[in-house]
Amino acid sequence: MALLEIDNLSVRFATNDGEVQAVNQVNLSVDPGETLGIVGESGSGKSQLSFALMGLLAKNGRASGSVRFDGQEILNAPPKVLNRIRAEKIAMIFQDPMTSLNPYMRVSDQMAEVLTLHKGMSKRQAVAEAVRMLEAVKIPDAKGRVRLYPHEFSGGMRQRVMIAMALLCRPQLLIADEPTTALDVTVQAQIMTLLADLQREFGMAMILITHDLGVVAGSCERVAVMYGGRIRETGPVGPLFAEPAHPYTQGLLHAIPRIDQQGEELAAIPGSPPNMTHPPAGCAFAPRCPYRRERCDDQRPPLEGFAPDRARACFAPLADVLAGRETVRVADLDAALGDQQDDQPMPEAAIAGAGMAGAPSKVDTHD
Amino acid sequence: MTKPLLDVRDLRVTFQIRREGAMPWSAPTPLHAVGGVDFSLNPGETLGVVGESGCGKSTLARALIGLVPATGRAEWIDSKDLVAMTPRQMMRYRSDIQMVFQDPLASLNPRMTVGQIIAEPLKTHRPGLSSAEVKTRVKAMMEKVGLLPNQINRYPHEFSGGQCQRIGIARALIVEPKLIICDEPVSALDVSIQAQVINLLIRLQKELGLALVFIAHDLSVVKHISDRVMVLYLGKVMEIGSSDDLFADPQHPYTQALLSAVPVPDPDHDVAGSVVPLSGDLPSPMNPPSGCVFRTRCPRAQAACAEQVPALMGQDHRTACHFPGPLTEEEIARARKTEAA
Repeated sequence: MALLEIDNLSVRFATNDGEVQAVNQVNLSVDPGETLGIVGESGSGKSQLSFALMGLLAKNGRASGSVRFDGQEILNAPPKVLNRIRAEKIAMIFQDPMTSLNPYMRVSDQMAEVLTLHKGMSKRQAVAEAVRMLEAVKIPDAKGRVRLYPHEFSGGMRQRVMIAMALLCRPQLLIADEPTTALDVTVQAQIMTLLADLQREFGMAMILITHDLGVVAGSCERVAVMYGGRIRETGPVGPLFAEPAHPYTQGLLHAIPRIDQQGEELAAIPGSPPNMTHPPAGCAFAPRCPYRRERCDDQRPPLEGFAPDRARACFAPLADVLAGRETVRVADLDAALGDQQDDQPMPEAAIAGAGMAGAPSKVDTHD
Repeated sequence: MTKPLLDVRDLRVTFQIRREGAMPWSAPTPLHAVGGVDFSLNPGETLGVVGESGCGKSTLARALIGLVPATGRAEWIDSKDLVAMTPRQMMRYRSDIQMVFQDPLASLNPRMTVGQIIAEPLKTHRPGLSSAEVKTRVKAMMEKVGLLPNQINRYPHEFSGGQCQRIGIARALIVEPKLIICDEPVSALDVSIQAQVINLLIRLQKELGLALVFIAHDLSVVKHISDRVMVLYLGKVMEIGSSDDLFADPQHPYTQALLSAVPVPDPDHDVAGSVVPLSGDLPSPMNPPSGCVFRTRCPRAQAACAEQVPALMGQDHRTACHFPGPLTEEEIARARKTEAA
């Protein structure tokens, strides 16, 4: 049985400029011990999805659908239920460790608090356990450093402290929301190796949320690609990277410069992500899609399986996408998008709900 | 040999820092943010500058356009030294050297329209132009960077991140510079937008014959855009060479570790088998290691590394290391073992 089952999950934010549909009808499942990658650009709803699972949505946010963890419904569950599950069963780490740790508390106190609260340990036991966990995440001189404040650690070390704190209660599922985005590549490599080691050691499942396809390729078993609040393609990491079946996945893979290949001009995706206050009537990717067809403009393609474990949401025939038979030239798309630039710009406030997602980059509106 | 557009010799930037807990009367400690950097840049060439955060890449950029005081020599193509200039003398050269910043929205004045923003360098550097002429040039430039000229009266907040970066590029290009310094110009952008801006920069560079100093922490992007690449560590050049050479055949252990850590979007790529871990953290720049600054994390460090600062050796592909060359299996295994311990 799946550890986590997400069924028809939608997240809406009420803002002054109308309702923002951050996440739409997402179905996902995570098996015990598995690593699921969720990839998307800023504003694609990937972070709000995880916030909804954990009951951490902003005040103006509303989640609907169903999320079952170990058979138990946790979506919109009362705080009493959620508090037993958060930290103990599902833990979360965030992008920026400095803003997620309490700057006024010593690391020992923050970590011990988790254990005294959830496990009923005495302070002394809790601190001893915290030190053990800091050693598990390979912080040198853990015993001495546990007394320090968060600002006394470097960025990479702070992320290790966060990971240690998340693992204190041995959760069955770890949600990592852009855990390495703020870090240098060398530190990123260290943290990703550490996460993989710990995952094996503790036998936990992990949901890795990121925009970096390189990180996903290196550490996930399954991937879900999100765009405009919906899942566009899911599948095991190998086939998905080898033969991306959705135009957006394909576009993303072509748009990144690669260190292991000699590059000519990058195949940029024209335009920019949709405004989720007024999402396009049809497929949200249609205005930027080189494979678009007439029905894409007014109908939403459902997510349909097309191979074992693989699904995609696209009207263009699979064979056409795989063979690269485009219906529209990218240059024409560019020109068409240029003409549309003139419509009403979206005010900053409309994305207020989505802004807490942790990504420092702005939600793009028009291009 | 043609004369380089910019020839930098022993450029240093030192900040005076008061240590934590120091007495008010005690002397401040010098922090060498950039510690003697040498490089030259030919007209029309792109030099990529890479390194981890805190290695001095942004300070180097700021020193080149005179935003922070520096010492050393930075010789412009007309043999004038940019570092020694007074701000008044520098004024003439500012229109030749422009800058594009990281945060597209924060680097644009929110209370000015796009037209005013792009026109401002013209008003400063070409005061003789009539306002009609300024407007024509601004509109032409907007078109060139992929903005619609009829958006000239809009404000920055009405544009997306990618478009704001285009405005920043238009502002830099309007005075027809010879050199543009790009400080992490695409790191705040989404992947799909990032490719658009990179393509734009490459296209404009070819069209206008610009030289670029391209600073980024994303090595894949740097490899894509650069002719030559300079690797910095704690304010010192570790290695500099043509992009092809340096990525295919890195000589410095630090470059090798840095390149191995870049995630590759290919599930078959063996991550665990290729990453050369760097143990520990970046040392404090207030108290850098003696000799080679990288020796504390280098899998090949020996006694000599602590005593002597390695000079940048070589012809085109230069390396600052006493023992350059590809890391052996043994050294990589040792690095992994130190990391695991």
